[in-house]
Formats: sequence, structure tokens, C-alpha cells
Amino acid sequence: MTVGTTPYHSTLRTGRAGFAQLLLAEWTKFRTVRGWAVGTVAAALVMVLVGLVTEALSHNNGCLGPPGQACPAVPSGPDGELVDDQFYFAHQPLQGDGSITVRLTSLTGLDTYPADHPNEIVPRVMPWAKAGVIIKETTRQGSHYTAVMVTGNHGVRMQYDYIHDTAGSPVGLSAASPRWLRLTRSGNTLTGYESADGAHWTRIGAANLAGLPATVQVGLFVASPSDCQVSPGVAGGFTCRLTQATGTFDDVSLEGSAPGGVWSHDVVGGHGNQAVDLGGFGFKESGGTFIIAGTGDIAPVVMNGGGRRIEDTLRGTFAALIVVIVVASMFMTAEYRRGLIRTTLAASPRRGRVLAAKAIVIASVTFVAGLAAAAVAVPVGELLLRANGWYIFPLTSLTEVRVMVGTAALLAVVAVLALAVGTMFRRSAEAVTALIGMIVVPYVLAFASPLPVGVSEWLLRITPAAGFAIQQSVPRYTQVSAALLTTMNDFYPLEPWAGFAVLCAYTVLALGLATILLRRRDA
Amino acid sequence: MSQAVHAEWTKLRTAPGAGWLILAFIPLTAALSATAAAAVTCSSPGCGLDPARVSLTGIDLGQAVVVVLAVLAMGGEYSTGMIRITLTAMPCRIKVLAAKAAVITGVVLAAGSIAVLLSVLAGQFILPGQGFTAAHGYAPLSLADGPVMRAAAGSVLYLALIALLSLGAAAAVRDSATTIGVVLSLLYVFPVIAQVVTDPVWREHLQQFAPMTAGLAIQATIGLQSLPISPWAGLGVLAAWAMAALMVGGLLLWLRDA
Repeated sequence: MTVGTTPYHSTLRTGRAGFAQLLLAEWTKFRTVRGWAVGTVAAALVMVLVGLVTEALSHNNGCLGPPGQACPAVPSGPDGELVDDQFYFAHQPLQGDGSITVRLTSLTGLDTYPADHPNEIVPRVMPWAKAGVIIKETTRQGSHYTAVMVTGNHGVRMQYDYIHDTAGSPVGLSAASPRWLRLTRSGNTLTGYESADGAHWTRIGAANLAGLPATVQVGLFVASPSDCQVSPGVAGGFTCRLTQATGTFDDVSLEGSAPGGVWSHDVVGGHGNQAVDLGGFGFKESGGTFIIAGTGDIAPVVMNGGGRRIEDTLRGTFAALIVVIVVASMFMTAEYRRGLIRTTLAASPRRGRVLAAKAIVIASVTFVAGLAAAAVAVPVGELLLRANGWYIFPLTSLTEVRVMVGTAALLAVVAVLALAVGTMFRRSAEAVTALIGMIVVPYVLAFASPLPVGVSEWLLRITPAAGFAIQQSVPRYTQVSAALLTTMNDFYPLEPWAGFAVLCAYTVLALGLATILLRRRDA
Repeated sequence: MSQAVHAEWTKLRTAPGAGWLILAFIPLTAALSATAAAAVTCSSPGCGLDPARVSLTGIDLGQAVVVVLAVLAMGGEYSTGMIRITLTAMPCRIKVLAAKAAVITGVVLAAGSIAVLLSVLAGQFILPGQGFTAAHGYAPLSLADGPVMRAAAGSVLYLALIALLSLGAAAAVRDSATTIGVVLSLLYVFPVIAQVVTDPVWREHLQQFAPMTAGLAIQATIGLQSLPISPWAGLGVLAAWAMAALMVGGLLLWLRDA
């Protein structure tokens, strides 16, 4: 009879406890709770459906004329973006290389019935009223150009092809201190200069306009953008007033092969809204002094009655976010509610790794769902909007990818934030409340409440709702009136990546705090 | 019934979260109202701003706390298993729901009145300095003024109806976090959608139908003709939502195992 000995160790091979196993464990938990899988799919569906419903209910009544007739075309610039291209232009043809030099002695302006003087026309120069020299491909709207100008309130600028803007000296214009401007063409390179005395010149910048024809138009221009103000109390309301600027030029000299002598003058872009005669509109020349009065603007368009942006198809992100918050916070709080957390931590005692595994699983799942939803919502939404008579603001494919992937990333980062907050509170109701207070309520208050724009913008700077800025497809051009770049016009106060960074900072902070609490506290 | 109400009151009084929520609700509401009043300016006659609506902006935020309070009164019982004891002690389930509704309504009416009073007081002090003066066509904000009184009292009723809607939803859904998500989506998603829908008819329908936009019509004191829905009819829409939620919640509570 032999006496068997019980082995000290099990003869079975030890199970491995690497990070991959932990990930698999967390994925299995996520996969097998039906509510979470349903919730994630629901988030994607809600995102698509909310977008489709808003698009189906939005017809562009402004220019839905006879069936099949498109909206009147807005000129688009060389890079495909929508542009404003309307100004008063006194010009001559320029053959080959050459330059134009002028002295600008005054820039004045008129504002018609502005908000503070609703019953009169007041003298006022718009901050972005422009007067200066320009070399333009043709007088066609949207053609290439480079201009050096003095502005109402932004000093001397050199601008080209609508979206490019370089600041010169920040000085204003007065009778005592006129400003000399010079623009030279050499091949496709146009260089801008300024001077305070006509003798000492400072280079502002250079533009390289590929494909500029041999003969271009060179001359003087004046433009004055509308005075747009957010109207208080009216949701999404702007009032825009017609304005006019008048520039006085002298010492005009043209070099190069220009025939000289004969100035043509045109209103580029037609008369447009020139129904109001403000007096002095147009062109006067006497003894080498040119007085030119113009209205309009040469700048990218950020607001257009017939236009929609790609992020308009992603309105549902906001609704999907609420679902993601609930699912992701419960991914942690359910462990506490059921006591599963004790098993989880017994199986994997390094608690930081458990949180990391959970974060990776919930972020990946949410990212995939969000990307799938965006991949459906954007193209289908664009089709619907076009069918309803809207023009879609053109954008580069890089921006389009950033908006779609950014939307998925926004949802994924919020999911991690929700997981961290869920770990801190350990109870779902409190966690969901805190998260909705942090993200959803600021968003609603900013976009759909009587709060004025200033407060709305602060909400979108300092709360995690700043992350929505990643969806912004139209840049915040510096050369566009600041009144147009507000929440009223669906502009976020932060640049896309800056806003996203605010959300990520909150998430990192919450994740750090959650790790500390998870390690310190008894489960 | 009075025993049932007393039992529910004791539960609410002794639940750890409820007191804090009510304590948070009042200052949050009043603070946002005061912020809104301090942030707006009316620079000219006919600036189109509604002083009552501005000074009651805090309700937009305060309602979220009311939702949580009401949901936890029901959902909390499910998460702890207390519901089984409750239903053993009071087998008539509709009576339980009614008692909860009565207690929550009472508490929200009381706390809501304080929050609304503070908000209106803040508006009274702050708004004249922001250009809401007789010169710009605004009478001083006062509860003696019929429409302002209606806006203030209506806001308190609005909060109570939001609480009932949440309670009904919690009885139907049974999980606190999910219910909070559902109710807050219902409240907040519609105004954002209505903001971007451009078809005027559909926009108006959305605003007439959505509980938050319809219910908050009660706060309007100017431009009543251009409202998507008249003040009391709007509150009626919210009441219909609350009734429907309570009926569905009550029915499910009655039919299902706890």
C-alpha cells in the first residue's frame, strides 16, 4: 500500500495574469451585460437619428425657388472656400512685373442706423474697413489677389487669397501720420511694404500666387464690411447694417509695363446692397488725389443664409453623449453595486491596472461606435441637406477626417471621464448627475438659453463642454468681424484642439484622482 | 394614506443624498439666475429681452437637481432592495407611488418657492442697473405685476411637474442612473434640436411638444403673441408628460415583480 502525497502546488499550469488577460476580462464584462451593449448601440443610433431629424425638418426656404433650381452661387476662392469679394476698385492693367506705391492720408466711414443710434447715419469706421493697394487676377469675384491695406482698427495688413492675413505695424491713420503702401509683383511673388515717410520701407510679407496670368489688374481699393451685432433676446439673431468707408490716396505711382493714365473703376461683385446712396460713393480724382468710397469686404465667409457646415450633421453627438455618460459610469459603478469589485480586485490586486483596462475597453468601444455613427451621419446628412436646398461649406478632406474622428474621440474621452467620475463616486446616480452638470448643462446653457454670448463663451472655455470645439470645421479667421465668430453663429471660443485639450485635461485629472481613491479606499 | 405619506417623508428626510440635493438646488438656481441678470444688458428700447425669463434662468439648471432628487426617491429603493420591504409594508402599490408623489411635490414646491423668490429678488436688484429701466420701456420687476407673478408661480409649478415626470420615469425604468439619463435627455435634447431646425412650422411643433420648451413658456412676460405656445397651455403640455409618466410608471409598478 502506498501512501499518496498531495502535491503542495496544483499540477495545473498557473493562469497568466498579464494586462492582456485583464483587458479580456473587462471586455467580457462589457460584452455580457446586455444593457451596456444596447446602450452603446443606442448612443450611435441616437446620434444618427437626431442629425437626420433636424436635417429633414430644415429646408432652406430662403432660396428654394422653382424645383431643381439651386441657390444663387456664392463666389468661392482659389482654395474652394466661400468668399466675400465686393469692393470699390480703381484699376489699370499691369503687364508682367511692376509695382504700385501710394500714400493714404485718411480713412473715414459711415454706419447706417447702428444699434446705438437706430435712427441716424453716424460717422464710424468699421474695425475691418479696408483701403489700400491691390493686385488682382481679374475683376471676377473669387479670383486671386494680394493687397496691402490700412484697416479701421487693425493697423496695416497684407492679405492674399481671402484666408491669408499678415499684420504690419499696428498704427492707425491720421492727417499727421499718413501711411505709404507698396505692392510689387515679380513673377508669381507679390511683396507688400509699408512706410511712415515714403523713404524708409518695411517689408510686411510676400505671397506666392501660383498660376497668376501675365496681365493682372493693379489699383486702389476700398471696402467696408457690414456692421453685424448679436441682437440680444432673439435666439440666433444678428442685425447687420450697411456701412461705407472712404479712403483718400495721393502720390500714386505705378511702375512696370502699365500704360498709365487711364483708370477704370468698378464695383467688384456688382452693386449688391447699394440701394442706399450714402453720398460720395464711388471715385473722384483731382490733381493726383483720389477719393474712393466703397462698401463690402474681401474675406472668407463664415455665415451664409444658404450654407450649412459639416458639423451641423453631427448635432446628435450631444444626445449620444448623455447615453455614453450613463453607460460608461455604470461600467464602474455596477461593480460596486453588485459587489463584483471585490472579485475583480482579488483577481487583479494592482488596482491602477484594473482602471486602465476598463478605460481602454470603454474608450475603444465608444470610439468605434462614435466613428461608425459619424461615418453614417455625415454623408447621409450632407445628402439630405443638399436635397433640402442647402449649400455645404467646402472643407479639406483633412478637416473632414478631423471632424469625424474628433467626434468619435470626443465621445471616447467623455466615456473615460465618466468611468473616472464613476470610480470616484462609486454610485451611478451621483456620477451621472455630476457629469451631466459638467458637460451637458453648460452646452445647453451656452446654445439654448437666454444667457448672453459672453457668459456662453466662458462656459465653453472652462467646462469639459469645450471639447465640442473639435467639431468646428470653419476656422476662426482673425480678419473676420469678431461679432460673427460667437456661439450665436455656432462658433466655439477655443480652437478645435485647444477645446479638446480642455476636455482631456479634465479627464486626466479625474483619472488620476480616481486611481488614488481606488487604491486608498477599501472596495 | 397619511401613514404612507409619513413613511415616505421619513425615508426622504433620512436618505443621505436628499438633504444635500435640496441644499444645493436653492443656491445653484439663485446663483445662475443672478449671473444671467448680471450678464445681460439692454442698451436701447425694444431690446427684446424678457426680464422675468432672464431672472428665472436658474430654473434651467435647478431642474436637473430636481430630476435627480425625484429619481433617487424611487430608484434608490431599487438599488438598495428597500422596495421589497416598502411593498411588504404597503401592498397597495399605487398608494406607495401616490405617497411618494405627494411628498416629492411638497418638498419641491417648498424648495422651488425659495429658489424662485431668491431669483426674482436678484433680478429686482440687478436688472435696473443693466438697462432694464423705464426709459427702455421696462417696469421694475415685481411680483405684484400679474405676468411676473404668473412667471414666478408657474416656475415653481414647473419644477413640481418635472419632479413628477421624473418619479414616474423612475418607477418605469427602476435604475437611477438610466432614468436620470433618460429624463435629462428628454428635457435638454429638444431645445437644442429646436434651435437648429429651420422649418418654422416644425420648430414650433417641437417647442410645443417638448416638455422643457413648452413648460418654460410660463416664464414669458413679453412677446406673448410670438410664443410657440401660450404660457398656461405650455405648462399643460408638461403636466400631460408628467401624468403620462406617472401612469406608465404606476402601471408597470403594479404589474411587475419588484
